[in-house]
Amino acid sequence: MAPYLKLDHVDKSFTRGSQTTEVLKDINLSIEKGEYVSIIGHSGCGKSTMLNIVAGLTTATIGGVLLEGREVNSPGPDRAVVFQNHSLLPWLTVYDNVRLGVDKVFGKTKSRAERHQWTMHNLDLVQMGHAKDRRPSEVSGGMKQRVGIARALAMEPKVLLLDEPFGALDALTRAHLQDSVMALHQKLGNTIIMITHDVDEAVLLSDRIVMMTNGPSARIGEILDVPLPRPRKRLELASNATYLKCRQRVLEFLYERHRFVEAA
Amino acid sequence: MAMPASKSDAVIAMPQGAASASAVSSPVVTLTPPKRMTEPGKYAKNMREIAARVIPPLVVITLFLVIWELLCRKTGATLPPPSKVISDTKELILHPFFDNGGIDKGLFWHLSASLQRVALGYSLAALVGVGLGTLIGQSIWAMRGLDPIFQVLRTIPPLAWLPLALAAFRDGQPSAIFVIFITSIWPIIINTAVGIRNIPQDYRNVAAVVRLNPIEFFTKIMIPSAAPYIFTGLRIGIGLSWLAIIAAEMLIGGVGIGFFIWDAWNSSHMSEIILALFYVGIIGFILDRMIALLASVVTRGTATN
Ligand SMILES: Nc1ncnc2c1ncn2[C@@H]1O[C@H](COP(=O)(O)OP(=O)(O)O)[C@@H](O)[C@H]1O
Ligand SMILES: [Mg+2]
Repeated sequence: MAPYLKLDHVDKSFTRGSQTTEVLKDINLSIEKGEYVSIIGHSGCGKSTMLNIVAGLTTATIGGVLLEGREVNSPGPDRAVVFQNHSLLPWLTVYDNVRLGVDKVFGKTKSRAERHQWTMHNLDLVQMGHAKDRRPSEVSGGMKQRVGIARALAMEPKVLLLDEPFGALDALTRAHLQDSVMALHQKLGNTIIMITHDVDEAVLLSDRIVMMTNGPSARIGEILDVPLPRPRKRLELASNATYLKCRQRVLEFLYERHRFVEAA
Repeated sequence: MAMPASKSDAVIAMPQGAASASAVSSPVVTLTPPKRMTEPGKYAKNMREIAARVIPPLVVITLFLVIWELLCRKTGATLPPPSKVISDTKELILHPFFDNGGIDKGLFWHLSASLQRVALGYSLAALVGVGLGTLIGQSIWAMRGLDPIFQVLRTIPPLAWLPLALAAFRDGQPSAIFVIFITSIWPIIINTAVGIRNIPQDYRNVAAVVRLNPIEFFTKIMIPSAAPYIFTGLRIGIGLSWLAIIAAEMLIGGVGIGFFIWDAWNSSHMSEIILALFYVGIIGFILDRMIALLASVVTRGTATN
């Protein structure tokens, strides 16, 4: 059976003037429906580029992305993105930010009242229903990111793409949001690709961890299965042997075999 | 500075109700003894702040009027003193609405004719300017083609367009409107273009993921995102319009505050000129404030993130 989502021999190079840099080299990755896959790698290796290719915001130089057997090469709500810096529209309220996507995706299939209900339902999923009339500037960083997640979820994407969604948050807020995302994944069964540079976050949340080699010409160095049963509890895992082994493996990859070299 | 003190004394004696009404919206004061005491206290503080803003300009204006009066009272002075300006123009001040036909009308009619020309020319400039600005902000080729031309055209002084406009339209009215249009459009185009070019990539990505069509993208992303820039252009534009209309009307004649000033000069009515200048200044100020107010209402929340 063909995989749900497939990155097929993806190469990406950027050309600036006469200078061409190859960022991604021969990326092959298959993801099953409902799977939670993390991509981890040192900063600048091309993780965002890879995610943007799946989102259709960037096009691959060679190769392509197949979703349910069909090629996707333009952005769309079936691959909703949660951006690192939330990217809420500051002139819209929390509610209207989510509603914008809902209206576009369900404008023809749901009535006005249903779209309102659906918007509120998704805000409630991320516990933001109470702040619906506030503007992004009036809520905290963690809350903005929650709204970003609600906006993406509300489009009922086939694949949810998260680009370092918790990167800008403090440790406590981050842990809280990780738990929320885990609970949502458990409840809704979305297919998720998440970029991260946090080893614990990757192991805690993912079914598989894709480890990227350093750029330029970054490749997939290794893919690690995380055979931990769900639901997972942060505190219990802290002493779990499998958890620690996975964590060790990723750390080794990142800090031994593919140590980040500052531009020498 | 005896005035603010005596003002606040008067306030403390005011009835409780009136004082508390405004105390609600006043900033919190940290010194908080018994409640009955603080409310008039806050009110007094408020009044002191208002006084601090109102009194200095009043003092300066009074000084200016006194010096002007003293300088122009002497025999042989070329300009009338303020007292004479008021006595000369009493009729004009008290009866702004008279209409004896022709250009013999009250000041209201002159100002309203000028404002109508500005309203027309400026609205056209705003529409076309935001449109063209969006085009050259969005398309690198439109920018390369149009920007150099705009950079040259925008340096042409407003009145230099007037003869050409008169030749083309063969009538004063459309020519004046055209001069307003061509004067105010450049800052609108240029600021809009900068605003559009500065739309963060993130917002474009959001629009792409949600699949906004071009019209939705224009109204839901471009305009709100570029609004602070657009309003900067609009505000510069309204100022330039008001500058240009006075000059243009002096040349085209007819009803309008510009020609009123010119006509007063030809009949040596210096007091009327001074009164007209006063009105022109006030209205220019109000126009500027109106656009600024509109901007702050429309761009509420846009600038911060
Ligand atoms: N639009 C672009 N034009 C040119 N180079 C780019 C562009 N986007 C990304 N790059 C380069 O590609 C590399 C990978 O970037 P990115 O995917 O953002 O890395 P990561 O998300 O892993 O930190 C970087 O070296 C970056 O400079
Ligand atoms: Mg990145």
